[in-house]
Amino acid sequence: MFEYALRRLFYLILILFGVSVLVFLMVHIAPGDPVLVLLGEDFTQEDYDRLMQLHGFDRSLPEQYFSWLGRALRGDLGISIRQGVPVSLLIWQRMGATVELALAAVFVAVCTAIPLGVLAAVKRGTIIDMASMVVSLLAVSMPPFWLALVLLAYLALHTPLLPLFGRGVGVVPGLLETVTTGNFDPLWQGIRHVLLPAISLGLAMAAVLTRLTRSSMLDILNRDYVRTARAKGLAYRKVVFKHALRNALMPVVTIIGVQFGALLGGAVVTETVFAWPGVGRLIVNAISQRDFPIVQGGVLMLALVFSLVNLIVDLSYGFLNPRIRYD
Amino acid sequence: MVKKILKNRSALLGILIIGALVLSAVFAPYLTPTDPFAQNLFTRYVEPQGLGEDHVLGTDDLGRDILARIIMGTRLSLTVGLIATGISLIIGVILGSVAGYMGGWADNLIMRFMDLILAFPGVLLAIAIVATLGPGMVNTMIAIAIVRIPAMARVTRSQVLALKEEEFVEAAHAIGCGHMRILFRHILINGFAPIVVLATLGMGTAIVTEASLSFLGLGAQPPAISWGRMLSVGRQALRNAPHVTLYPGLAIVVTVLGFNLLGDGMRDILDPRLKNN
Repeated sequence: MFEYALRRLFYLILILFGVSVLVFLMVHIAPGDPVLVLLGEDFTQEDYDRLMQLHGFDRSLPEQYFSWLGRALRGDLGISIRQGVPVSLLIWQRMGATVELALAAVFVAVCTAIPLGVLAAVKRGTIIDMASMVVSLLAVSMPPFWLALVLLAYLALHTPLLPLFGRGVGVVPGLLETVTTGNFDPLWQGIRHVLLPAISLGLAMAAVLTRLTRSSMLDILNRDYVRTARAKGLAYRKVVFKHALRNALMPVVTIIGVQFGALLGGAVVTETVFAWPGVGRLIVNAISQRDFPIVQGGVLMLALVFSLVNLIVDLSYGFLNPRIRYD
Repeated sequence: MVKKILKNRSALLGILIIGALVLSAVFAPYLTPTDPFAQNLFTRYVEPQGLGEDHVLGTDDLGRDILARIIMGTRLSLTVGLIATGISLIIGVILGSVAGYMGGWADNLIMRFMDLILAFPGVLLAIAIVATLGPGMVNTMIAIAIVRIPAMARVTRSQVLALKEEEFVEAAHAIGCGHMRILFRHILINGFAPIVVLATLGMGTAIVTEASLSFLGLGAQPPAISWGRMLSVGRQALRNAPHVTLYPGLAIVVTVLGFNLLGDGMRDILDPRLKNN
């Protein structure tokens, strides 16, 4: 297990190395002179030469890459062209919001999908089963950002309870404040703000997980050991939850990891709709301002988070199912 | 095969939806009630008037008819979805079969590169590619295709790996068939089913990604009509004219639903083991 973890970690580093090359090349593949992109419209030859030297564009590509990578590894992702602030600082300030939204969406997805999937499997062929399958098929066909807009237009605009945009204080900072001061308002503010973004982002994932939980449960419920458990007189409820569900959740856990990527990608657009102060919105705004260091840094960091989550999911699989042997 | 599809409710419904969409895309200019580009500042944000009226689904910020624009927008969505999926299918199948058939260093090189693409969250990679290449319809298709290639390559590779040890492949070797012939005429023909299912389901993903990019202003540029861009227009008037956002989104949902139904149905037909499971 330990050896496997080390090997996976080594492979992750290799992949991230490749990711860094691609992200670095973004600026250089882009049509046009990168310095002209940086300078905008009004500049002198002197400005041009100074920037050329500052960013090292006059050196060879490999040279530029390794000096960029060296700085990135020390946490220096360059300076934002428009804001003049270190990119790493901008990302650091917003990563919490993005991760919070992603986790909240996973929470929404898991809390709706697993009960619904189990129910659909247990009540197979009934109206409950059919309804949950139809709803999940619809949900998986919905662009998350459209659902976000619909929720805003038809729900939030008519309910003072639900804010239209922003994050408030955030759920985790809110929770900390509530714990220290005993005042429940900050936590409530955080939850209130994250609710709609999390629902619109999590629903598609919920749909995928519901279908998977259902089919996985159906598979397990037909196994011999479930029949044995029933035959020896165990209550159906106990068999479903203790014997079947725990085993049926194995593939579900894997898919949560894979879906997390879709979620981080989708979050980029959802954050824009809700003016959620996360990395996704930072990237989108930077694209429209052609602020390339931010785009580079943001994409790099989100790919890093995604790869780490996948690694954790892969490794947790071994803990959940001791029968899995790594070789 | 046709009988099986007609018997499968999911596939049949999917085909009906897609068929209707394709027809409306082809005959769009004849179907649109009014000119989808015609602006009229006196009829801005008209509420949906219902069947038989001038503006069945209302008008947008420039007084353009929403129904006409949705019908016209079918063209762009289907085109981008089809071409992007087609590119990813061709490149993915080639890469996947080379990797699976040759094995060794070629397999390693190709599949590690696929892992590299998969290290980026899908939509984010598409956004980054379009941000690099510049906005527009062609770059959108390229971006979506690149994002979809690894899935195609992986499935193709696993099919090729499974089939290349079969006896009929050995027999083909024995009678002196060339590698290309064995790969394309014997292995891929037999292993194409899951690839086709993945491509069908991928159409839905491609259409949603296109809408996302257009929503962010990175997709096809005006005057091209894209459902995603219609949503970003609607977003400006969410309070007073939610219908501008509602209907183009429904068009996306129905389209994606059609491809998902067809994909699910085809999976049931092609792999009966998974049926009702």
